[in-house]
Amino acid sequence: MLRDITLGQYYQTESVIHRLDPRVKLGGTLCYIISLFFFRNFLGYGIAALFLAAVIGLSHVPFKFIVKGMKAIVFLLLITVTFNLFLTPGEALFTVWKLTVTVEGLRTAVNMAVRLSLLIIGSSLMTLTTTPNNLTDGMESMMKPLKAFRVPVHEVAMIMSIALRFIPILLEETDKIMKAQIARGADFETGNIVKRAKALVPILVPLFISAFRRANDLAMAMEARCYRGGEGRTKMKPLVYERRDRLGYLCLLAYLAVSIGIGRLRF
Amino acid sequence: MGIIQTKDLVYEYIRRDEDGNVEGFTTAVDKVNLDIRPGEFIAILGHNGSGKSTLAKHINAILNPTEGTVWVDGMDTARQEHVWDIRQRAGMVFQNPDNQIIGQVVEEDVGFGPENMGVPTKEIWERVEESLKAVGMYEYRKHSPNKLSGGQKQRVSIAGVLAMHPKCIVLDEPTAMLDPKGRREVVRAVRALNDVEGITVVLITHYMEEIIHADRVFVMDNGKIAMEGAPREIFSQVERLKSLRLDVPQVTLLAYELRKRGIRLPEGILTVEELADALAGSI
Repeated sequence: MLRDITLGQYYQTESVIHRLDPRVKLGGTLCYIISLFFFRNFLGYGIAALFLAAVIGLSHVPFKFIVKGMKAIVFLLLITVTFNLFLTPGEALFTVWKLTVTVEGLRTAVNMAVRLSLLIIGSSLMTLTTTPNNLTDGMESMMKPLKAFRVPVHEVAMIMSIALRFIPILLEETDKIMKAQIARGADFETGNIVKRAKALVPILVPLFISAFRRANDLAMAMEARCYRGGEGRTKMKPLVYERRDRLGYLCLLAYLAVSIGIGRLRF
Repeated sequence: MGIIQTKDLVYEYIRRDEDGNVEGFTTAVDKVNLDIRPGEFIAILGHNGSGKSTLAKHINAILNPTEGTVWVDGMDTARQEHVWDIRQRAGMVFQNPDNQIIGQVVEEDVGFGPENMGVPTKEIWERVEESLKAVGMYEYRKHSPNKLSGGQKQRVSIAGVLAMHPKCIVLDEPTAMLDPKGRREVVRAVRALNDVEGITVVLITHYMEEIIHADRVFVMDNGKIAMEGAPREIFSQVERLKSLRLDVPQVTLLAYELRKRGIRLPEGILTVEELADALAGSI
């Protein structure tokens, strides 16, 4: 049951976007998100949507699949829209019972809904087209300048990739422990929240013990294979920019120029 | 000089009670002298707690001797400046396959060792390919390790060590968590390394069947080397093995019992074929 959880949600297919250097995608997503917050008119969102549509088209990820992933945040979106709609002071448009919808409220609500949707689709597109491994590699490479401030960049990236590797193993283990406890009469399904939370203790304790044991074993295995931090380490799959990556950066620049130029106009 | 040599090796654990106070010392390895020649296939046997794993960890410089010295390829493992050279030359495979695979893809895991050693990218790929082929896992190079069987995972671990181009591989109970099929796969891969690549193998195990092909066998008990010799010599001493809490292979045991009943058979029979031939000859 727990094994059904997919993390990072990678969509396996062949496309230009999938093959793009993770640094381009990370930088692109960042620029795209920032651009969304600079827009002052709806034309800007139009450009962003167009850009997003083009990238989705190139990525070969079915639009349905992306929308499916958005189900989880529909609730959040609804709350944001409702609150903005009714609670923004300004010129009254119409009143239902005690709640007044204002022109400004309507404006902000639509603004927020569009912005949030574009934001979430855009960032989920990155995880859909980049393997977790590639993503950590990209992050490590992009955060390298932080080394000057003594940020342990390599170590953080290593921790992330090991965590990703152990998620399925620990999930499997949780499953096993749960079944073992159920077989001995444990009950996880009935009772109030406090009771259910208490029922989790006999799962968490053995899980933590085993996780520490695994960590210890893994550390020893890594040392036995000459791991000694990022110093003097070579890469089996180094990140190298290719023509398509440079083109990607160019497209990104063009998008930024156009969207900021037009999006910041006031009508 | 041998590839692995120990002189009066002693290792003591500090025993502590629940508050962390020192209760006393346990001697896990007690005055062990080994001399392993390049290209040998060595098996170290012993029941749980006999000190065989502790001994193995000394060869990879994970543990340092309390007393005595360990040399790997002529280098003293206690000297800090040699640690990485020693770990490259004497690779180590551990018991739990899940807890020693670092990569999320088979080929990346095999490349982990060479990456740490600073091998150039192009050569890493060559080494990964050749190591995976040596253990027969090349067609799984793009797979996630989580989807492999136990025996396959251990073969990937062996490939990971192999990619570091070691002179010697120490396997610490690599088959303890595997099913019989996985055990056979791993033992076959290990034998191939020894036969084809000429790598020195130190196999630590408590499965008697796995040591039949060894050149020399050491049996450990209470941190000491209790028996030493060729598999045949070891297996001919059934009573002694039993007193060391080790199981003798079924065939050897059967031959032993038959001999006790007066059937004329040679000592130290190791395989079913041998027993069948010997029985046919004695009738």
